[in-house]
Amino acid sequence: MKRQGIAEALRDGIAEEMTRDSSVFCIGEDIGVPGGWGGAFTVTLGLSEKFPGRIIDTPIAELGFTGMAVGAAMMGMRPIADMQYGDFLFLASDQLINNAAKMRYMSGGTIKVPMVMRAPIGATGRGSQHAQSMERYFTGVPGLKVVAVSTAYDAKGILKAAVRDDNPVMIFEHKLLYGSKGARAEPGAVDATSDIPDEDYVVPLDRAVVRREGQHVTILGWLLMAHFAAQAAEQLAKEGIEAEVIDVRSLSPIDYATIGASIRKTGRVLIVEEGPKTGGVSAEIAAGIMEHCGESLQAPVVRVASPDVPVPFSPILENAYRPDVARIVTAARNLTKT
Amino acid sequence: MTTTSQSGAAHPAAPSSDRAFLLGLYQRIVLIREFEERVKFLFLEGTMPGTIHQCQGQEATAVGVCAALQAGDYITSTFRGHGHALAKGLSVQELLDELFGATTGCCKGKGGSMHMGNMDKGMVPGIAIVAGGIPLAAGMALAFKLQKKPQVVACFFGDGAVAEGAFHEGVNMAAIWNLPVVLVCENNLYGASTHIGKVMKNPKISDRAASYGFRGETVDGNDVLAVLAAAQRAVEECRAGKGPVLLELLTYRRTGHSRRDACHYQPKDEREAWFARDPITRFAEVLLARPDVMPADLDAIKAKIEAEIQVAVVNAQQAPQPTLANLTEDVFA
Ligand SMILES: Cc1ncc(C[n+]2csc(CCOP(=O)(O)OP(=O)(O)O)c2C)c(N)n1
Ligand SMILES: [Mg+2]
Repeated sequence: MKRQGIAEALRDGIAEEMTRDSSVFCIGEDIGVPGGWGGAFTVTLGLSEKFPGRIIDTPIAELGFTGMAVGAAMMGMRPIADMQYGDFLFLASDQLINNAAKMRYMSGGTIKVPMVMRAPIGATGRGSQHAQSMERYFTGVPGLKVVAVSTAYDAKGILKAAVRDDNPVMIFEHKLLYGSKGARAEPGAVDATSDIPDEDYVVPLDRAVVRREGQHVTILGWLLMAHFAAQAAEQLAKEGIEAEVIDVRSLSPIDYATIGASIRKTGRVLIVEEGPKTGGVSAEIAAGIMEHCGESLQAPVVRVASPDVPVPFSPILENAYRPDVARIVTAARNLTKT
Repeated sequence: MTTTSQSGAAHPAAPSSDRAFLLGLYQRIVLIREFEERVKFLFLEGTMPGTIHQCQGQEATAVGVCAALQAGDYITSTFRGHGHALAKGLSVQELLDELFGATTGCCKGKGGSMHMGNMDKGMVPGIAIVAGGIPLAAGMALAFKLQKKPQVVACFFGDGAVAEGAFHEGVNMAAIWNLPVVLVCENNLYGASTHIGKVMKNPKISDRAASYGFRGETVDGNDVLAVLAAAQRAVEECRAGKGPVLLELLTYRRTGHSRRDACHYQPKDEREAWFARDPITRFAEVLLARPDVMPADLDAIKAKIEAEIQVAVVNAQQAPQPTLANLTEDVFA
C-alpha cells in the first residue's frame, strides 16, 4: 500500500500494463523527451527510459497521432494516446468519432479498436482555449466509452480497465487533481491522493461510486466537481442536511442503477457540472433520471453548472464561472426546502 | 529603398539606414526583452496570475516583420504573443493590464497571456491552438482580395505548427488563390520540449513553400535588419498579388516553453551558441559601428523603457478588475 496522487498512480498503471502486455504503447506530444516533462502533467515521466521505443513522441499533429492510434489498435496494438490538453480533442475528433467509434459497427462486428485516449480538462487560469470541459462532446457518441477520474485509486484502476477493454475508451482527467504538491502543482489544486494497493486491480468502466452516504439529497458530480460536492456535503452536515455524494465517474454509459438507488432514498437530486449548462452531460443525466426513477423525485432536478460563456481568463471571472462549494451548498440547501 | 512605416507609431516612415528609424527598431527589441523579463519576475514572484509563454531571444523576428507592415495591415499570433503585440504597437499598459486580468487590458481581462490582441492596432487575439491561426490568416487575406483592399496579413507561427493539418490546408488555399499573407515561421528549433530533428525529416521549413508553388526563404531571425529586408520583400509581393510568401526565421528561445520549464532538454552547447547570437547584442554592435550612435544612446533607450515598465506595472496592479456582470458580456455580437 502506498499513498499516491493521480499523476503517479496513472504512471504506475501505465508502466504495469506495458510490462504485462507488450502490445501496449504510449503516443502523444512531449511525453518521452529526455530532459522533458513526461507529458504536460508528468504522467509519463521516466517511462521512455524504462520502455525504450514504446513511448512515442509525435509532431504536433493531433488528428494524425489519434488516427495512428486507431490504426495501430485495429492491427492488434493497445495504444494509450495522450492529448496534451483536452481542448485539442477538437482537432482529433474526426478520427475518434468517425473512425474509432464506428469501426466496430461499420465492419459488421469484425474489427476492434482497443485504444485509450487520455485528456486533461478544466478551467485553470489559462484562458478560453486551454480550459474547456470536453467530456460533453464525447458522451453520447455511440461506440465510445467515456470515463472521468477523480481519485488516484480510480485513475489507476480505470486506466488498467481501459487498456484491457477491446473498445475505444476516453479517460478525462482534471488539471487541478493531478497533484496538489510539488513543482508542477497548479494553483488551486485539490488533494486527490489515495492509498494504492500493491496488487493488481481494476475499476469497472461503467460504475458510479457513492462517496458519502446521506438521506436528504443526492449530489452528483465528477472530476473536480465530485470533490467540491464532497466538501459541500461536509458543510451541509453542519446544518443537519445529510447529502449523499455520488461520483458519476462513468459518463458513457451512465450508471443509473447506483444513481437511481440513491434517488429512491433521498427523493432529491442536484447535478454539478464544471462546463456550461446548455448541452452538458448533466442535461443527459437529468433526462436519464426522469426515465429511470422520475417517479421517486419529490422535487424537480436541480443543476449547478457554469454559465453559457467561454472560459474567461481573469481569475475573478474564472472563479465566478466555475461552480464552487458555496454555490453547491446553496443549491442543495434550497433543494431540501422544496 | 522602400520606406516602411510602423502601425504602432514606434518607427517613423524612413529608409532603413536612417538613424532614428534604426534606433526605433532597437527600442522595440529592448522593450520586448525588458517587458518579458519583468513579466517573468512578476510571475515567479506569484503576483501575476495565469500561465506565460515568453519570447526572450526571439525579439528580432517580431520587430523585423512588424516594421515592414503598414497601418491597416494585420498580424495573427500564437500563445507566445507578447513580443508580436509590442512590435505591432500595442502598449505596455494594455498588455500588463490584460496579464493582471483587468478590464483595461487589451481584451478586457478575458483573453490573458495566450490571447493578446487589439484589432484597432491590427492584431487578432493570439490563437493558442498550434497552427490554428494559419487558415484564419488566409481567410483574412481572402477577404482583402475579395474586397479589393491593399492590406496584407502577417501570420506568425512556430516550427511546431508545420506538422499540423491546418498548416497544409491553410497554406495550400493561400497558394492557389495567391492570397496576400506572409507566413512567418519562427523556427526556434523546438516545439515545446521536442526538437525539430525528432519531428521533421526535412528540417528546412522554407522548402515547403516550393511544394505548394510559391516562394519561401530562410532568414537569420536574430538579425533584425535581415528580417526586415525579407519581410519588406514579402509584403511587397503580397501587395502586388503575388502572395503568399513563407519566411522561415531561424531563432532561439532563451527561456522556458511556459511557466516553470527549466529547459533541461536544450543542450548546453546549443544554448551557449545561440546566446552568443543574441539579437539585442548583435544589433547593438551594428548600431555602435555607426559614427552617430554612442553607447550612451543605447543606455538611455533602455533606461527609459525600464522607467516606463515600472510605472505600467504599478498601474496594472491597481487597474480595475472585472465584476460579475462582465462574465456574461461579449459572448455574442
Ligand atoms: C493544437 C495544439 N496542440 C498542442 C498544443 C500545446 N502546445 C502549446 S505550444 C506547443 C509547442 C509549439 O511549438 P512551436 O509551434 O514551435 O512554437 P513555439 O512554442 O516554439 O513558439 C504545444 C505543443 C497547442 N497549444 N495546440
Ligand atoms: Mg518552436
